[in-house]
Amino acid sequence: MRSDPADYKLVAPGRLEAVLSLLAEEREEWVPIAGGTDVMVQFAAGKLASRQLVSIWNLRELKGIAVASEEVRIGAACTYTEIRQSDVIAREFPLLATAAQWTGGIANQNRGTLGGNIINASPAADSLPALMAYEAEVILVSIRGERRMPYVGFHTGYKTMQLRRDELLKTICIPHRFDGYTQYARKVGARNAQAISKVCIAAVGRISGGVIEDVRIALGSVAAVPLRLTEVERTVQGNPVGPEIIARVPRMVAAAIQPIDDIRSTARYRTAVASNLVVEFLDKLRASESTP
Amino acid sequence: MENVVGKSMPRKEGRDKVTGAARYIDDMTIPGMIYGATVRSQIPRGKIKTVSFDPRFDWDEFVTVTAQDIPGRNCIALILDDQPCLADGMVNHPEEAILLLAHSDPYLLRKAIDGVRIEYEPQAPVFSIEESERQETVIWGSDNVFKTFLIEKGDVDEVWSAADYVVEGKYTTGAQEQLYIENQGVIASFDAEHGLTLWGSLQCPYYVHKALMALCGLPAEKVRVVQVETGGAFGGKEEYPSMIAGHASLLAMKSGRPVKIVYDRLEDMTATTKRHPSRTRHRTAVSEDGKILGGEIDFTIDGGAYATLSSVVLSRGTIHAGGPYYWPSVRIRGKAVATNMPPHGAFRGFGAPQSLFAMERHMDRIAQVVGLSPVEIRRRNFLKPGQTTTTDQTIREEIDLEKMLDRALELSDYKAKKEQFAQEDPRANTRRGMGIAAFLHGSGFTGSGERYLASVVGVEADADGTLRVLVSSTEFGQGTNTVLCQIAAEALGLPYESVCIAQADTDQVPNSGPTVASRTVMVVGNLVRSAALGIRQTLLASGLLRETHSAEEFRAACAQHVAGHGVLRSFARYEAPEGVFWDDQKYRGEAYATFAWAVYVAEVAVDLSTYTASVADFVALQEVGRVLNPVLAVGQIAGGVAQGIGFALYEKVVWQNGRMQNGQMTNYIMPTSADLPPIRVFFEELGNAHGAYGAKGIGELPIDGPAPAIINAVEDALGMRFDSIPLLAEDIFESVSIRSPGELLATGGK
Amino acid sequence: MSDFSEHADAEQRDVERPAKCELSFTVNGTSRTVLVHPMERLLDVLRHELQLTDAKEGCGEGECGSCSVLLDKQLVNSCLVPALQAEGANIITIAGLTDGAQLSTLQKAFLECGGAQCGICTPGMLLSARHLLDRTPLPTLDEIREGLAGNLCRCTGYMQIFEAVSRAAKEENARRRTGA
Repeated sequence: MRSDPADYKLVAPGRLEAVLSLLAEEREEWVPIAGGTDVMVQFAAGKLASRQLVSIWNLRELKGIAVASEEVRIGAACTYTEIRQSDVIAREFPLLATAAQWTGGIANQNRGTLGGNIINASPAADSLPALMAYEAEVILVSIRGERRMPYVGFHTGYKTMQLRRDELLKTICIPHRFDGYTQYARKVGARNAQAISKVCIAAVGRISGGVIEDVRIALGSVAAVPLRLTEVERTVQGNPVGPEIIARVPRMVAAAIQPIDDIRSTARYRTAVASNLVVEFLDKLRASESTP
Repeated sequence: MENVVGKSMPRKEGRDKVTGAARYIDDMTIPGMIYGATVRSQIPRGKIKTVSFDPRFDWDEFVTVTAQDIPGRNCIALILDDQPCLADGMVNHPEEAILLLAHSDPYLLRKAIDGVRIEYEPQAPVFSIEESERQETVIWGSDNVFKTFLIEKGDVDEVWSAADYVVEGKYTTGAQEQLYIENQGVIASFDAEHGLTLWGSLQCPYYVHKALMALCGLPAEKVRVVQVETGGAFGGKEEYPSMIAGHASLLAMKSGRPVKIVYDRLEDMTATTKRHPSRTRHRTAVSEDGKILGGEIDFTIDGGAYATLSSVVLSRGTIHAGGPYYWPSVRIRGKAVATNMPPHGAFRGFGAPQSLFAMERHMDRIAQVVGLSPVEIRRRNFLKPGQTTTTDQTIREEIDLEKMLDRALELSDYKAKKEQFAQEDPRANTRRGMGIAAFLHGSGFTGSGERYLASVVGVEADADGTLRVLVSSTEFGQGTNTVLCQIAAEALGLPYESVCIAQADTDQVPNSGPTVASRTVMVVGNLVRSAALGIRQTLLASGLLRETHSAEEFRAACAQHVAGHGVLRSFARYEAPEGVFWDDQKYRGEAYATFAWAVYVAEVAVDLSTYTASVADFVALQEVGRVLNPVLAVGQIAGGVAQGIGFALYEKVVWQNGRMQNGQMTNYIMPTSADLPPIRVFFEELGNAHGAYGAKGIGELPIDGPAPAIINAVEDALGMRFDSIPLLAEDIFESVSIRSPGELLATGGK
Repeated sequence: MSDFSEHADAEQRDVERPAKCELSFTVNGTSRTVLVHPMERLLDVLRHELQLTDAKEGCGEGECGSCSVLLDKQLVNSCLVPALQAEGANIITIAGLTDGAQLSTLQKAFLECGGAQCGICTPGMLLSARHLLDRTPLPTLDEIREGLAGNLCRCTGYMQIFEAVSRAAKEENARRRTGA
């Protein structure tokens, strides 16, 4: 263990307003900790920059999955296990349930949270492509009130995001928009479980009469932030899925992503696999029409 | 009919393990104990210029030890004794130990490590076998070479002219981390009157004992080493513990306090030993009908910065390089070279997984060149009883490798699957293949090694008739405690429950040799049997027992003997079997008392959308003499196969400037429960005259074969050659993209 | 060049060092109170403050699962839980699932099938198996694989662990049906 617990403050006020007051403090910075599956790893490695932590685990306002008429609202401190257990997410947003199943083992799913996945903002985070594909919106809260924004613009660069110093991620909202869509997600890692992804895809689409009516494709681990492949989406939209479109995919994908060589994989590999997975999705989309 | 041996008797220490009561070294505390830690080199090679201490710390609170504090010799006594315990003026690898600190506050200790600043004068390092061979920079001895071996048989220079084919190949294997789940740890305690006591997670108490004597300048009776419950070892705790034990002992001696040193995962992975990386070159003369006429094998391993055990790893790898085949003529050159990496060391298989990977890949290469199947090429070249190995050892047992091959093929449904896979759409997303590996593993120490060890085993009988086995052989999951007790019980016709085994404490047990080389059941087990029978002999001789007796009568006899004569103990010492001859100079003769044999078959699926290979099914068939405990034996094979699968497809050490970059479990990838195929284990038993109840060693055998079987299967699936492991998806991708640059798409369905 | 200025704040910080706090929770059925820093890892609280050493440290980063405990019936990696967040919780280690001399069905199955070799992963593995069987009484092989995927075992290759869990599941179910 490469940190000294005696050097760290951790408080658990138990109420959202108290937490927000701390986050608003000018003098010193307080960093929220939910389930700790990212923060505690950094702590044990001696790499946790902040010395003051405020626990948001089990804050009532950050828990729960609520079904409203236009959207489903997921509390940021919902764990992957809670997401996996949710009927509405299984039914309407299966890609998110799948991503939750990918993340770590059961013990880590019991503690890791969706909000933590977003705020830790690892380029390889498993849930983020699904949130992008589902056109999620996020609600951020501070002592100044709440604000809401599309998730797609939330991440601005490697571990930088549209989160102000005094803000906490409160809710993730996903619209009831994807009923009947073909849904596809795949994670490629070094092994079948407990793997940081090398490439990760989440995609939804609707096809009618052989023509793509609507499509959203998101990738993780191929750039500093999760990406929507808007160019690919624009190109395939309104077109039949045929060899001509498929042939253009590799170049389009390569142009859209910025993968790197790192300790886990190579840029060339990531590019090729990303392309393969997009093609696999389009094939699945085409096949979905013939399958009842 | 045997009562105990051959049955799955329950693990002796099993109850403690499933209740959480088992105590490993980090579970122990000693009154007054403080914690020790190591300041390590940040560069691969160079002179130490200055060592400075951050004045913010009160260094008087700390115990500090440098090379200057070493009472005895600054070395880890092993073979060449070239490895210092603490670097003195010069460092030769990243993470080399330079200085030791101890304090009662482990958190403060951690900070204090960063408070020691070392300035170096870097020197040019060497990081690969090829660089080392070039000798542009000499980092060890006069030529960077730790050791060489030469095995010659027949007349190699004459075979080329007669050859119809000459087949060449080069095969490489990477480093592999043992990854025992329990990190290295020891506690040392010293006082002038009793001397030094060392408790630790270790395989070989007497190796540590010898090393501490030399380092601390203490006589044998002033050093006591006690093995505590050990959470996995696989060779990684064979020689390395002498180093960590040395460190804790020096701190204990200087401070007068007991000192515990336990590594965290990062330190353990980056600073301790790994499997030797290897490069093997084959050049083989083959006849028209696929028979090996002869060849040259050049086997080279990277030993890291110090010699440590490299000569012995090289020995085993060199001897196994020819596989289970008949070589009329062969020249095998083995070489271990130095690089500026942390020294590589013992890891299950010990050189054989490396050279056998090459041999079994090469057999498939020969098959292709000659136009025969991988099955047929092996059939035509298997060793038969009466033939000689590469070291001229005559195979005296009735081993029938062809029959084993047939059985393995049947068990794995090889033929039907090969046909089915060949008919599958070549443009499908998933390509499947089958691969074979046939191999052998010599049990026990090489050649005169066992004679040199001169192992001694004791058995003690208590007044109530319970037996206690006295060995320095250790339990670390493989079943030592259980099987040795089974043997003693069987020898005397006693119930298994009435036999126990003493803790491996050098004050209490004789030196039965190290727990390595797949020797424990076969060699030490045999001595346990002898020693147990010795108890019986003593009781018979003193008239307290009749030839045929019940367990009750045995108990009564013990009670009487102990009452009359005190402690009842019997010892047995290893004696080399008659007519076993080994020439250490020519490296020729009976290399091992016996070989275990195996044929493994792997079914592999390669997903071409992700270029990932995974093992779908695995058949492990081996001839092991005699299975003394079926559940334990199956467990050994399955565990070894799992490590072999990791060696082939998952476990890559990422190096940069001689330092391991992925020293955490997140980034060093071992298979999880979601990754392994069903591992189907089958045995054959030919018996073994030299092993307890006919047993041969099985600990290492199962890690020799999986890697080549798997890579052979990948080649079968893709029609592409891969001669280097670990084989990752990225490597398969590069090969696929060279083959079909315009076709990087998965084209499932139309 | 040595530069110790980053430690310049150390002295200052010493004065302001956060205090320990008193935390209470239940461990293996017994109420315990400890005085610890809130960021101390639950694993270290168990092992050092309470001398309960059955949870082990294998990796310190939540990968190996040998530190697994049940926290309010949920399987967690105790190396990743700060002590403060365990306040008031009901914590079970493998010792807490051991009923004196009696071994549980699961523990017996591990012994019979060879599920424990070196034993270091075993406490965590047993808790994961218990957690799985409590939710999926008759798991398929795939469900067992998934349930145990967070517990690394280097010795067994997992085969005999799967067998043990499967056997225990069948026995527990049989007993449940007969009301034993």
